[in-house]
Amino acid sequence: MQLQSMYQEIILDHYRNPHGRGLREPFEAEVHHVNPTCGDEVTLRVHLDGDTLADVSYEGMGCSISQASVSAMYELVIGKPVDEALATGEHFMTLMQSKGDASVAEKLEDELEDAVAFAGVSKYPARIKCALMSWMALKDASARALSATSTTPAGGQQA
Amino acid sequence: MTQTVSRPAGAQQAPLPLDVEAIRADFPILTRTVRDGKRLVYLDSGATSQKPRSVLDAERDFYETCNAAPHRGAHQLAEEATGRYEAARATIGAFIGAPAEEVVFTRNSTEAINLVAYALSNAATAKEPAFRRYAVGQGDEIVVTEMEHHANLVPWQQLCERTGATLRWLGLTDDGRLDLSDLGTVVNERTKLVAVTQQSNILGTINPLGEISARAREVGALLLVDGAQSVPHQPVDVTTLGADFLVFSGHKMLGPTGVGVLWGRYEVLDALPPFLTGGSMIEVVRMEGSTFMPPPQRFEAGVPMTAQVIGLAAAVEYLQRLGMDRVQAHEEALTGYALEKLAGIPGVTVIGPPDTVARGGAVSFTVEGIHPHDVGQVLDDLGVEVRVGHHCAWPVVRRYGVPATTRATFYVHTGYDDIDALADGIREAQRFFGVGQGEVS
Repeated sequence: MQLQSMYQEIILDHYRNPHGRGLREPFEAEVHHVNPTCGDEVTLRVHLDGDTLADVSYEGMGCSISQASVSAMYELVIGKPVDEALATGEHFMTLMQSKGDASVAEKLEDELEDAVAFAGVSKYPARIKCALMSWMALKDASARALSATSTTPAGGQQA
Repeated sequence: MTQTVSRPAGAQQAPLPLDVEAIRADFPILTRTVRDGKRLVYLDSGATSQKPRSVLDAERDFYETCNAAPHRGAHQLAEEATGRYEAARATIGAFIGAPAEEVVFTRNSTEAINLVAYALSNAATAKEPAFRRYAVGQGDEIVVTEMEHHANLVPWQQLCERTGATLRWLGLTDDGRLDLSDLGTVVNERTKLVAVTQQSNILGTINPLGEISARAREVGALLLVDGAQSVPHQPVDVTTLGADFLVFSGHKMLGPTGVGVLWGRYEVLDALPPFLTGGSMIEVVRMEGSTFMPPPQRFEAGVPMTAQVIGLAAAVEYLQRLGMDRVQAHEEALTGYALEKLAGIPGVTVIGPPDTVARGGAVSFTVEGIHPHDVGQVLDDLGVEVRVGHHCAWPVVRRYGVPATTRATFYVHTGYDDIDALADGIREAQRFFGVGQGEVS
């Protein structure tokens, strides 16, 4: 059975008990991303304090991989400067492109913490998009939040 | 017509109408294994069907013996290629009760529908008055249903956006049928065309085309039937269908990819301007302008997909040898068995008609507590290949309040053992994710 390699216990834990779930205020940007091949969805908000991700809040529906990925991402990026969070996103992308090569996962253990458990997903091309969706949403929302805060210096648009 | 399969509970399964073991031997791909040596249980024929050896041989034979561009050139190979191409057209036409000149080859059903949609908007600006008869414009209405595959929805949305026409639709009932209660108002004197699927790719529902056709006739609207999921699985005869157009795809009926069919009543085809233009479809070309061939050539610009058309004719002959009545009865028996099996698994809900009355073999379901992707992943690990997602019918899954479904579809090589493997796989998914059967997550 190959399944355990993808559905690591840590992934199922994030799926059953998601961290940071729920949409919160304040926020400077909200994005809605979908995976059009399967209908997975995530709505994600970013609240910046300067260039730090003070909060990342989200709601979504989808498979265990997509939902666990956003939960693991939340843990990784909260309180981090945007550029550091996006660099972590690049590491996650590298992991997703590793085609199950264990040495890639090993090298990224420190940077990705819990998210390194998604290494098994990289062997299933059809599921990689599920894991990446939340990271794409974060990248998009962060860019929008940065441009919103740079044009509205008084703390951005409050909902 | 559909018959209900009745079987005393607990009795031995009735023998299937088709000899599954003999048929499986005709499909080379079914000898391979997947996911570390597991038997391939292919339950995704609704997405694309596997190909019997006779189809592959027909394509290879064409390339090896008489490959040339049909309808061009006067050499021997060109003559032979043209002969085979047109013979295939006659075979495929006869399969649906149509004369050859009413059969237009397209890339697939999607392109066939787009061909009609673009012809209807091109008609408004055609310089030839004869091509303007079916022009669609402001004030006109196009009617679809909420059950349509995106291929029979998006082209009509786009036609309406191009022309200023209005898109209207028939809704669905809770048990997965078309809601025809407002047929009389939705299809009215302003309706130019009604586009409806004969068999839903996600719910399995077989639609009552007679009633819809009668109403379309009454108001003078054209009727286009999406046969992508019906022509492969049940006898379809255009002489009794009551439609003006029928579209279907070769690759879903044991044929190659890259070939589909638009059937149209000759009188209607003849009044439509072309969609794609270029070589083969012209009569006379001058720098100032061109005139076009009659149908079907008017709608076949460029060198056609000759080998695929010949492969599709071989697929049609394969299906004819089995007999479409028996293909339908076979799938109905399998559908009845699958519905019974799924009903016996707590937490499994079928999206679509719960019995085999007016129902084909697309069985969509949800498993409580497990997302369809995860169900599909566990099934895949066991060698059971199903489709997961919204099945290119996003409005349907939305209508039934689910994000996606898992879908099993059957064909001539499907046996009871495949459905047993599906049911066992669902139970395995429940065990793996710790849901259902009395366990808690």
